[in-house]
Amino acid sequence: MILGKVVGTVVNSQLNFPISGPRFLLIEKCNPKGDRKGDFIVALDLVSAGYDELVMISESSSARQTPLTNNKPVDAIIVGIIDVIDENETIVYRK
Amino acid sequence: MILAKVVGTVVSDHKDARMEGVKFLLLEKIDPVTLKGKNDFVVSMDAVGAGPDEIVFYVSGSSARQTTVTNGMPTDSAVIAIVDAIEKDGVFTFQK
Repeated sequence: MILGKVVGTVVNSQLNFPISGPRFLLIEKCNPKGDRKGDFIVALDLVSAGYDELVMISESSSARQTPLTNNKPVDAIIVGIIDVIDENETIVYRK
Repeated sequence: MILAKVVGTVVSDHKDARMEGVKFLLLEKIDPVTLKGKNDFVVSMDAVGAGPDEIVFYVSGSSARQTTVTNGMPTDSAVIAIVDAIEKDGVFTFQK
C-alpha cells in the first residue's frame, strides 16, 4: 500500500463498468510526514475520504479484492484513512 | 488509475489473434494541474470509445483484462473512463 493525500475529484460520465456510490478521487502521493510529492494517481474511494486527508491506497490486483471491485477494471482503491504515523518511535503525522 | 490524454492511435495488422477488433490508443500521461504532457507514453486498449485529445484514465496490470472489451485478451493497459472534469484543491483544472 502507498500513502497519498486526497487533493481533488475526477468526474466522468462515460465509464466502462457500472458502479454506483464511490467516487474517483485525485490522489497525490506523499511521504510519511504528509508532504506531497507531485505525483498523481486516480483511486476509487471506498471509505468516504475527505479533502486533504492522508489515506492508504492498495494498487494492482489487490484493488479487486473487495465485493464492490471484484472482477472490475480497477487498479487503485482507497482502503483506509490514516490517523497517526510513527516513524522510529516519533509521531511524524497526526490527523 | 493514471490520467492521460489520447494523442493518437496505434495500428497493428500482425498481432495476437485474440486482440482483433479492438482499437489501440496512444496515450501521453499528463499533469492534472497544467494538463501538459509528461512526454511519457503508453499504448492502451480502448474500452470506452475515447477520441483524440480527450482526457481519460487507464488501468494497468491484470485489471486491464477485467473490462467487457478486453476480457481474455493479452493486454496490460485499458482505457476505462473519459474524464469530464478534474478538481484539485477546490479549483477546476479541467472541464470538458
